[in-house]
Amino acid sequence: MNNSDLYEYTLRLGDTALILGQRLSEWCGHGPVLEQDIALTNIALDQIGQARQFLQYAAELKGGDTTEDSLAYHRDAHQFRNLLLVEQDNGHWGDTLARQFFFDTYNYFLFERLMKSSDERISSIAQKAMKEITYHAQWSAEWIIRLGDGTEESHDKIQKSINDIWMWTGEMLEADELDLRMHEAGIGVDLTEVTALWNDKVDEILKLATLEKPESAQHQRGGKRGVHSEKLGYVLAEMQHIPKSYPNSKW
Amino acid sequence: MGETHSLEERFQAYVDAENKVEPKDWMPEKYRKTLIRQISQHAHSEVVGMLPEANWITRAPSLRSKLILLAKVQDEAGHGLYLYSAAETLGADREDMIKDLLSGKAKYSSIFNYPTISWADMGAIGWLVDGAAIANQVMLCRTSYGPYARAMVRICKEESFHQRQGYEIMMQLARGSEEQKAMAQDALNRWWWPSIMMFGPRDEDSPNSAQSMKWKIKRKSNDELRQEFIDKTVPQAEFIGLTIPDPDLKWNEEKGQYDYGEINWEEFYQVIKGNGPCNAQRLAARQKAYDDGKWIREAANAYAEKESKRKAEKVA
Repeated sequence: MNNSDLYEYTLRLGDTALILGQRLSEWCGHGPVLEQDIALTNIALDQIGQARQFLQYAAELKGGDTTEDSLAYHRDAHQFRNLLLVEQDNGHWGDTLARQFFFDTYNYFLFERLMKSSDERISSIAQKAMKEITYHAQWSAEWIIRLGDGTEESHDKIQKSINDIWMWTGEMLEADELDLRMHEAGIGVDLTEVTALWNDKVDEILKLATLEKPESAQHQRGGKRGVHSEKLGYVLAEMQHIPKSYPNSKW
Repeated sequence: MGETHSLEERFQAYVDAENKVEPKDWMPEKYRKTLIRQISQHAHSEVVGMLPEANWITRAPSLRSKLILLAKVQDEAGHGLYLYSAAETLGADREDMIKDLLSGKAKYSSIFNYPTISWADMGAIGWLVDGAAIANQVMLCRTSYGPYARAMVRICKEESFHQRQGYEIMMQLARGSEEQKAMAQDALNRWWWPSIMMFGPRDEDSPNSAQSMKWKIKRKSNDELRQEFIDKTVPQAEFIGLTIPDPDLKWNEEKGQYDYGEINWEEFYQVIKGNGPCNAQRLAARQKAYDDGKWIREAANAYAEKESKRKAEKVA
């Protein structure tokens, strides 16, 4: 396994966790009830925590004076490797939940496999994160059911959220060259396996929620190789503003 | 009449003996009302207080500082929950309390009506605002109402941690570049007076204080707490090389305390009345979260009802 593949792969995991954490933290103080404000902030916290672990590892792989912060704050959009799904707007609570449910379900099966990665560092990060991700997946699935099988209004709203976010979900399930090489090396995972499990789980939850799974198989891809949607630039402008304004300062 | 009188006397003797009043105990109606007002406003302060700091989570300048700030704001939401629960033991309803906040009938701490305009404000809030809150809350750990006192014990542990984190941010800035140091000094200049206003009006202008002290709800007066805070905080500012923005501040050898300048009480009362820099934005943000959350709360209730019906049908 060459080092640059491992670095790229670790960046993908770190960047996805970071950008989702960043998005979720926008909710802090604005949730529909205090308990759910806490729940979502808690998930944001877990995501940022996971991002730090992967980015610390990536920084070590890169060497030199690279740090988690230089990776987070001094790369531009084309150098970010996060999934397109996680950079999408929060929208309303239902939009956030739809994004979270599809992501958490994927993340659960992904990390379940990453725990067995032949790369010790990745497997140990995954083992630690698994408890958190299990909670996230349970929480977001419960909310999909609650909104789908709640009132007529909530049913229609969450159905629309699901339809709207759907085009961004395919990328995470689609293996590219790097995914295949990493799987072959025993470090990454078999995404066909994850896809099958993801589909079964999504079907099960949507059925309980009395919701329809969108039929379109068309989806957008590009995040994993740095070709992002128009959203990411704004996320980064906000996130990186201070370190870029004062590049030689410590915080 | 005679009997009421004796109940009140017994109550006074009970609190005088440093006993804790519990939810099912008899208490004077005014004691109950004072506590509902105070605890719910304390809860609202935690919730509204999330906003000025949440404002900087997405812009925190390092991943570590982002994580710390997120955890802190999450703690504040948790404190809000403890306090709403404590107020509910007195027969208040959380939904009503929230409506009183949104309508402006219930107050929250004046400090959260000031804007956070630089990263240094995260340091100043942790150090000064949480510092002032702790002074108040440490006293309330001994308050006569049991559920309130116990909530305070739990909250104080987390708050002192936050305060150290805030001071750490200030220290880092004060020892950083010239630009960072200027940022820290500017934040101290803006947050100093609002922080010492947090202790409330002067003792002679605080009409409810005497009764609260007698019932041992309050254990120290506003001015006493303010003085303690100033005496503790001035050396901390000196230690990191920052200047307190008060030309009249000076050590009084005779008293063993700092003398300090006059607070701008006009500003204080304007902020309390709703005319501070962020009063409108803070309430609008809470109102928006409440309105936008309506369909979600309704969905959760409708689902819970369906579920309990389904369970009942299964049993039958």
